[in-house]
Amino acid sequence: MQWEVVIGLETHTQLKTNTKIFSGASTTYGAAPNTQACEVSIALPGVLPVLNKQAVECAIKFGLAIDAEIAQRSVFSRKNYFYPDLPKGYQISQFELPVVGKGKITIQVPAGKSTEAYEKVIHITRAHLEEDAGKSVHDAVDGMSGIDLNRAGTPLLEIVTEPDMRSAAEAVAYAKKLHELVQWIGICDGNMQEGSFRCDVNVSVRPKGTEKLGTRREIKNLNSFKFMQQAIEYETQWQIETLEDGGTIQQATVLFNPDTGETRAMRSKEEANDYRYFPDPDLLPLAVTEEDKSRVRAEMPELPQALQARFVGEYQLSAYDASTLTASKAVADYFVETVQAGADAKQSANWVMGAVSAKLNAEEKTIADSPVTATQLAALLKRIGDNTISNNAAKQVFEGMWAGEGTVDAIIEAKGLKQVSDTGAIEAIIKEVLTANQAMVDEYKSGKEKAFNALVGQCMKASKGKANPAQVNELLKNMLG
Amino acid sequence: MINSSLKQLGHLLASKQISSVELTQSYLQRMAQHNPGINAYITIDEEKSLAQAKAADVSIAAGNAQALTGIPIAQKDIFCAKGWRTTCGSKMLETFISPYDAHVISQFDAVGAVNLGKTNMDEFAMGSSNETSYFGGVKNPWDVDRVPGGSSGGSAAAVAARLCAAATGTDTGGSIRQPASLCGFTGLKPTYGLVSRYGMIAFASSLDQAGPMAKSAEDCALMMNVMAGFDERDSTSLNRPVEDYTRGLAAMTGDQPLKGLRIGLPKEYFAEGLNADVAKVIETAIAEYKKLGADIVEVSLPNNNLSIPVYYVLAPAEASSNLSRFDGVRYGHRAAEYNDLLEMYMKSRAEGFGAEVKRRILIGTYVLSAGYYDAYYLKAQQIRRLIAQDFVEAFKYCDVIMGPAAPSTAFKVGEKTSDPVAMYLEDLYTIAVNLAGLPGMSIPAGFAQSSEGKPLPVGLQIIGNYFDEARMLDIGHAYQQVTDWHQQMPAGLE
Repeated sequence: MQWEVVIGLETHTQLKTNTKIFSGASTTYGAAPNTQACEVSIALPGVLPVLNKQAVECAIKFGLAIDAEIAQRSVFSRKNYFYPDLPKGYQISQFELPVVGKGKITIQVPAGKSTEAYEKVIHITRAHLEEDAGKSVHDAVDGMSGIDLNRAGTPLLEIVTEPDMRSAAEAVAYAKKLHELVQWIGICDGNMQEGSFRCDVNVSVRPKGTEKLGTRREIKNLNSFKFMQQAIEYETQWQIETLEDGGTIQQATVLFNPDTGETRAMRSKEEANDYRYFPDPDLLPLAVTEEDKSRVRAEMPELPQALQARFVGEYQLSAYDASTLTASKAVADYFVETVQAGADAKQSANWVMGAVSAKLNAEEKTIADSPVTATQLAALLKRIGDNTISNNAAKQVFEGMWAGEGTVDAIIEAKGLKQVSDTGAIEAIIKEVLTANQAMVDEYKSGKEKAFNALVGQCMKASKGKANPAQVNELLKNMLG
Repeated sequence: MINSSLKQLGHLLASKQISSVELTQSYLQRMAQHNPGINAYITIDEEKSLAQAKAADVSIAAGNAQALTGIPIAQKDIFCAKGWRTTCGSKMLETFISPYDAHVISQFDAVGAVNLGKTNMDEFAMGSSNETSYFGGVKNPWDVDRVPGGSSGGSAAAVAARLCAAATGTDTGGSIRQPASLCGFTGLKPTYGLVSRYGMIAFASSLDQAGPMAKSAEDCALMMNVMAGFDERDSTSLNRPVEDYTRGLAAMTGDQPLKGLRIGLPKEYFAEGLNADVAKVIETAIAEYKKLGADIVEVSLPNNNLSIPVYYVLAPAEASSNLSRFDGVRYGHRAAEYNDLLEMYMKSRAEGFGAEVKRRILIGTYVLSAGYYDAYYLKAQQIRRLIAQDFVEAFKYCDVIMGPAAPSTAFKVGEKTSDPVAMYLEDLYTIAVNLAGLPGMSIPAGFAQSSEGKPLPVGLQIIGNYFDEARMLDIGHAYQQVTDWHQQMPAGLE
């Protein structure tokens, strides 16, 4: 039987606010335990929550970015359960009325071994604001568990998709796209190691061609795309094998173990809590007006889709290049800055996606940390454009700039890479080469085209790479008659 | 001096006839003498109170005195006060020292009032007799065999026995007004949102409201000037212009100061359930209001009989969630021995909470459970709106509503402890006001004789429209200009 996997994602994005969602405590990561826990974070008797407006703006930004309905009125509810890292005994979340309703995100699924790259629209069901819990620490104090409430009350936007994805590749493409988007609009730092972006993946399988969804299992808390890919592939295979062996799937929450590459059930739904949701009487319903939306919209950067269209229209880039250059806001900004500094758009695109990107990857740096700034890159590209240096020489100059050896012109000067375009000088070099390589000349004249290229190479070598290659070609052709 | 009004005490302090330290000491002495018999206070800290009194004297000497500077105020033990043990009447918080101040506490601190001590209360404000307190019941100063009412019973007894100049209370379903009625003083529950709930330990968040408990309406007005006001730390706090609640008091003199006032009497408040002696006192008080110029109209609150069932769904629902933070993890009572986390929770809460608190947590958990939520919680919310609508309708025909604050006078200790429903009926005339978020007040209106021939106070309830506190205080003050019920003191406490 042919099986089809059905995947939906719930992503907890930690919002980039200065303070917690319901108190003034700092949200900075990595502080000593409980040093960022004010009386509200600790849930002392008598304390009350006050909604952080910055968190609401983040939610509105996201709603606008995915073209979603933003609720004029949404409600905070209490999700009641006992756990030591949940200081109030309830989590404040949005249940029946979330702030962001239906929206959509277009993803680019890359080509696989046997599939071509394609685009797909993923539908967003909802996104709601909620507070994070604290952390249990099991190894800090001997024989006891500690509680760190620094994270308690950190604002989260939980983004829920429809079960639209049909492969691990689609799920990962969606997660990556969402990861880029939330950083692009500045609502999340995207740091997956620190837990700023965590995905729960719902996976079920069904016979291909059928409508009815299979029973799903939820893989919790995936914090890397690689693990997500592995977890979904393992889980899918496990479900298919279980069904093919005549078994049934129980709805369950599972954890992925990166060491074994396997998923394992944490708890089954029968043991699930009754969370006794009810509207939090300490908080008024959240009202979002048209004015709020306009104000937030005005503060938002140009979105990736809009920028791609502009790159294609204005700079005549290919759709592929435009998409690659808008993979992150930092890259897009770098590219635009290079072009605005006077460099050719197509050439800028090639360099940003080529040499710059390769160097960054090799050194595991982000473009924000690039030692060669956009302005410096533009200066280099201008020297190619005005024939001061060849493309090959430019690569050497770029290396020099990366290593901090000085400005473009200083490096060209120091390395003596200035291109020779003087006809007389090039002709002199060609004459020397022809004299010294009579055998090749004879081969060429006997009809071996390859010998021509060899002669060009010899000329370039004799000029120490400085001769203008186009001129060498042209003059050599003339001189060989 | 113990019968002086806050205004009179202010004059004595300002004119240096007495210092705040002397005043505070005289109250502390009365407390040492009478509190053991009445049990109005859970925590007394002479050192702290006197330090505040000393600071107040410095302020007064520097000419910085405000209306309540240097005046000793008793604080209900539901308000977190920095450095003070704050128990909420529960074993759960027996050793909890608050590291921060409630808004109400910091407001009194800001004007230089003296915190005279933390008063006894029903555990987590759940009760109408003060008998659910872990720290023992409070005795009614008018008859120590009887209860003072609740939940603000300690503050009530302290005001009635003159063990403080005035006190604070909280009122979720009648916890200021019913004890004010049973102990014979003036107590005001303001409009929901007028006094910040920040630092006030939550019972039922959508109903809880702090207010003053004092001898007279004038005293309550001065207290309101300190307590009311916007606080951004409470999302349900209302951002309104600051009011002077004493502004209309001076005009309440002369022949008919209340001429034209329309007083609505809800027929449901004078029906079955009301004690005949109480009814008589209320009727006499109404007659007095006629003399002051008021007109009487009959109104109806047809859904009032639903207010107790609705309240006992909504308040426990909110309480069951509000009290979840008392889990023994970070502060409060933790069982001495347990084998795992679940056992730690279960034992800590089983040991830390009393029977009434557990009963309400159970009810609240039940009504919020999957499958019951719509039938109980949601239905109760719908009826809550109908009850509020009753008042909107009634206020079309009257300016204020009057009636009894409690169905009977103070009952005997132990009389209703085995019958929770009888206890719940104590709040028959007060609960609807909380459900609607309206302001309500009880003023002393006379006495009924107990079976032993002792005088037992009866309170007249005045219910106003939203934000009509100043007018209600005027109306109470006008009555207190022509009566002296509010100046009566229990025998043996002079």
